[in-house]
Amino acid sequence: MSDKVTAYVRTEMLEEKAPPSLNTGPLGWIRENLFPNWFSSILTLVSLWIIYKMLVAFIPWAFGGVWNASSLNECREILQGVDAACWAVIHERFWQLMYGFYPDHLYWRPNLALILLIVALVPVLFEGAPRKLLWISVATPFVGPWLLWGGTIWTPVAAALGFVVGIAVYRLTASALSNLAGLVLGPLAAVIWWILLAGRFSDLVSSILPLGIEPVESRMFGGFMLAITLGITGIAASFPLGIILALGRQSNLIIVKTLSVGFIEFIRGVPLITLLFVAQVMLAYFLPKGTDFDIILRVMIMITLFAAAYMAEVIRGGLAALPKGQYEAADALGLNYWQAQRLIIMPQALKIAIPGIVSTFIGLFKDTTLVSIIGLADPIGWVKFIQADAAWNGIVWELYGFVALVFFIICFSMSRYSMYLERKLETGHK
Amino acid sequence: MTTMTDPPRESFRLSMLLYDSRYRSMTIQIIVLMGFMLGAAWLINNAVQNLAEAGKTFSFRFMSEPSGYDINQRLIDYSSRSTHARAAVVGILNTLLVALMGCIAATVLGVILGILRLSKNWMVSRLAAVYVEAMRNVPVLLWIVLTMAIMVEFMPAPREFRGEEPEARMYLFDSVAITNRGVYIPEPKFANGLGDIPVAISLRSEGCESYLEGGELADSCGLFQISLDLWLIIAVLLAGIFTAKLNVKRANRIQAATGERPNTLWVNLAVIILPTLAVLWYLGFYLDKPELKGFNFRGGIHMRNSLIALWLALSLYTAAFIAEIVRAGILAIPKGQSEAAAALGLRQGKIMRLVILPQAWRVIFPPLISQFLNLTKNSSLAIAVGYMDVTGTLGGITLNQTGREMETVLLLMLVYLVISLSISSVMNAYNRRNALKER
Amino acid sequence: MKKSVFLGALTIAGLAATASVASTLDDVKARGKLNCGVSTGLVGFAAPDANGRWNGFDVAVCRAVAAAVLGDSDAVNFVPTTGKTRFTALASGEVDMLARNTTWTFTRDVDLKFEFVGVNYYDGQGFMVPKSLGVSSAKELDGATVCIQTGTTTELNLADYFRSNNMSYEPVPIETNAEAQQQFLAGACDTLTTDASGLAATRAAFENPDDFVVLPEIISKEPLGPLVRHGDNQWGDIVRWVLNGLISAEELGITSANVDELAKGTNNPEINRMLGTEGNLGEMLGLDKEWLIRAIKVAGNYGEIFEANIGEKTPLGLSRGLNAQWTEGGLIYSPPFR
Repeated sequence: MSDKVTAYVRTEMLEEKAPPSLNTGPLGWIRENLFPNWFSSILTLVSLWIIYKMLVAFIPWAFGGVWNASSLNECREILQGVDAACWAVIHERFWQLMYGFYPDHLYWRPNLALILLIVALVPVLFEGAPRKLLWISVATPFVGPWLLWGGTIWTPVAAALGFVVGIAVYRLTASALSNLAGLVLGPLAAVIWWILLAGRFSDLVSSILPLGIEPVESRMFGGFMLAITLGITGIAASFPLGIILALGRQSNLIIVKTLSVGFIEFIRGVPLITLLFVAQVMLAYFLPKGTDFDIILRVMIMITLFAAAYMAEVIRGGLAALPKGQYEAADALGLNYWQAQRLIIMPQALKIAIPGIVSTFIGLFKDTTLVSIIGLADPIGWVKFIQADAAWNGIVWELYGFVALVFFIICFSMSRYSMYLERKLETGHK
Repeated sequence: MTTMTDPPRESFRLSMLLYDSRYRSMTIQIIVLMGFMLGAAWLINNAVQNLAEAGKTFSFRFMSEPSGYDINQRLIDYSSRSTHARAAVVGILNTLLVALMGCIAATVLGVILGILRLSKNWMVSRLAAVYVEAMRNVPVLLWIVLTMAIMVEFMPAPREFRGEEPEARMYLFDSVAITNRGVYIPEPKFANGLGDIPVAISLRSEGCESYLEGGELADSCGLFQISLDLWLIIAVLLAGIFTAKLNVKRANRIQAATGERPNTLWVNLAVIILPTLAVLWYLGFYLDKPELKGFNFRGGIHMRNSLIALWLALSLYTAAFIAEIVRAGILAIPKGQSEAAAALGLRQGKIMRLVILPQAWRVIFPPLISQFLNLTKNSSLAIAVGYMDVTGTLGGITLNQTGREMETVLLLMLVYLVISLSISSVMNAYNRRNALKER
Repeated sequence: MKKSVFLGALTIAGLAATASVASTLDDVKARGKLNCGVSTGLVGFAAPDANGRWNGFDVAVCRAVAAAVLGDSDAVNFVPTTGKTRFTALASGEVDMLARNTTWTFTRDVDLKFEFVGVNYYDGQGFMVPKSLGVSSAKELDGATVCIQTGTTTELNLADYFRSNNMSYEPVPIETNAEAQQQFLAGACDTLTTDASGLAATRAAFENPDDFVVLPEIISKEPLGPLVRHGDNQWGDIVRWVLNGLISAEELGITSANVDELAKGTNNPEINRMLGTEGNLGEMLGLDKEWLIRAIKVAGNYGEIFEANIGEKTPLGLSRGLNAQWTEGGLIYSPPFR
């Protein structure tokens, strides 16, 4: 017998071998993600074929295009039968597609209004933002329209004073008489101010101290600027209305509830285009003789009503997603209905509803294209105008393609941003 | 020891309307109602005054006057001598047609795309994502216009089918022609059909007088013609399906009792298909192929360009939204479910079919309804491509020719409201029936 | 009287409550701008150019009226209206007048309560076909697919024409002219029908206009003219006589070039009456003496406007035809200024 013991157990680890080259690196990735089995491989090949076909059709057309020409015929002459785009039309009409008839030396005003709006949204969305920015948020609803429409500065001041009057009357009567009297008289005073006195006030002050910028009529609005204005006013103005409707729908007051549900379901049950027809052909009949809204304002009213119904549903979703405990806790603290709504319910419900609000906004923004059907000068309306110019008669793809691209860029970045916001605002525990 | 006393019974004071929560809600409601009625009365009063001033009356009498225009696509009999009301009905049916076709196509496409987006194949899921984002972020009106432009520009015109060596050819044994005027497909016809019966005879339309006096029934008579052949086939088909269901129940019983399941597939197929074939043979079924005659193809069913463009655009657009809904629905099912199913030994396909999809369906269904509603409402954009839906007839040409804005727009809204409310109530009823019963 | 009203936080700048008793003329003068309804774009008749300035045959009428009333041919708000919205825009007072290729018909005049003040273009509905179709008369169009523009009298004329000739057809309704053109060029319809002027304009824009012919049949009468609301006769008179003034100016040889010269006085009493050196026609209308001088100066007389926008030298290349002066065998005829 020998003393030698042969150890069959390895005492040290073998060195790791590199995985087969087919499973690592780009090749491995390709194999795993593109050709794992025969079915998937076929799908990959089909996808590649589709991409190839589209690129082959699209790239020479788009990149071989003509950028400098003054009419479609000139484009055709330059191209000499080659099938390529005539981008010259975009080159020539770019600013019209963007701003419509808006005077070109005033383009800074809508731009500034948009920047102002973005700044104004910051303190609403991010709690860490400096509190002073909140003043911009308060001022924007008055300054923004003033920038767009121009005119005397006292108009927005008078409008803002309405709120001051309302709050002052509320404070006074609430302390002198009762809270309820304040709730009734405050808004009443504000409404009286707006309807009867505000106009005279601004006329009077502007005759003493004429401060103002060049007025621009709303029929000068056009192109993407009109679409964005319609979308933003629609969403902003529908916000308070939407909250009221959502609360009304949740309310246990039967008449309030019925009216809210009736309104919401009616608006959601008809296509936007019929509401635009109402704005176009019927609204004039429903207002007293002599009231003369211009068409863009009428469309804004209908779009606001339209958006309010959708907004109400989004906010209702936010309310419903709130745990019942929040309502009960508010009750337990002895808060009354409005206090509970203001301090507990709404801040949370609206936060939950933000992604929904953004997607309502995107939807509304896309739907503003419908106004071209009633003859307004939105981007698609401008496409029709340009096609009616003898120089560009017959051009199709370049214009529609360009409009589609701009819409895509705006909507896509908004939806991405809303997803980012959603993650950022996520306060729940995971 | 304390004595409990009832609070003193207060007599009713006026201020209780405001301060007593028992009465306050009532007060608020009455104020709201009064405000609403006042507002409505104000609007109506304005309208009445303005209409009177403009010298117009509010009446629907124009609906029974001859419309004077032709409609290319009509599911029921119509000519330019028919009334505006009938034109509106033609439009409503066209709306319903495109909405129905759109909903079906969008659902099928959307489910496929939703599953493709979850595919492990990188290329496929990216491509699906690109498609979804491109569709969702561009207005549907643009898609409709672009689809129409593509149809018109890239499909061959009928004249290219002509000649000895035509530039374009028909498909499927010369039975389908895709042109830029639409797609012509064979029409099923019956050599010894049973004929049509008019439902609801309209006394006004021409040709009815003679029928009422005992003469021949004219084609133009009657509000709707319903094909007896179609009814017969549907009845036989339904009977077959019902029998097949009975057969499945029987198989289930046997399986429960003995553990062995008799094969049902072939029996079911036979029960459904054979009687239908027999009926088709009895009716003398044949396909009427489209043929190029004169300016156009004649015969067969002509699916017009406008219909196809609208249908494609609406379903491609809505499919992108449905894909996201389907994706979210599938992702909402906890991974434990598929793992448990795998542990039970189910295969991949069966896990999807028996475990994931039935649960995901409950999540998917409610948003799916609202997409159907959106599609139906978006079909009103048909005017952009000249598809004569109800917005095109009633809200378009009729409005133009009669100048009755108020009446036509109100009627138009009513039509859409009824369509939307009926879709949502039917779907909601279904949803309630299939919802998880929670205790 | 104008006063601004505010609704909530939104400053609504355009809500102007105007007293309803004021006449249109007073409204226009108070506003300082003429609201003129035009089409949403029709080659040669109305379209905004690269600078956003509206041009065209119909637009010129608006500018002439604005010049006569307000003294400034640019004091016009052009309101684009569709076939559907034009009448409501006029009836509701959104626009003061409509110069938008609108056919003068009985029902529009009587039932819809409008006043057509005259005819600025005599048109008629025709058909255009590709030459390769080998059709030489509209009577051979039995079974054809016809592209029509909706929202006009076109579809009614078409239905009547085919019905009375016992022919069948397949209508393809299309919203805008540009799309009609595209479908027709691609062969999605055999023939395109609209007003003959529109056909000419469309044909002119084609890559190969010679491959297409306009058939000889004109199946309807389409007198196109500006219109105003019923009931304000003073305003109707102003628009009517501005139009007549432009027409008479051509007949009497007053052009934008020589109007200043002629306004100093001539031997022709009618010219003198028109240009305000004799009589007080302007005051009768509620305007000043130089009203017509300004209107003519904008773009010249009827003939000049025609030549500049739709005439033979433009891409449209329309000949005067029916729209020649009555002295030259046409129908354009103005009542005398007397």
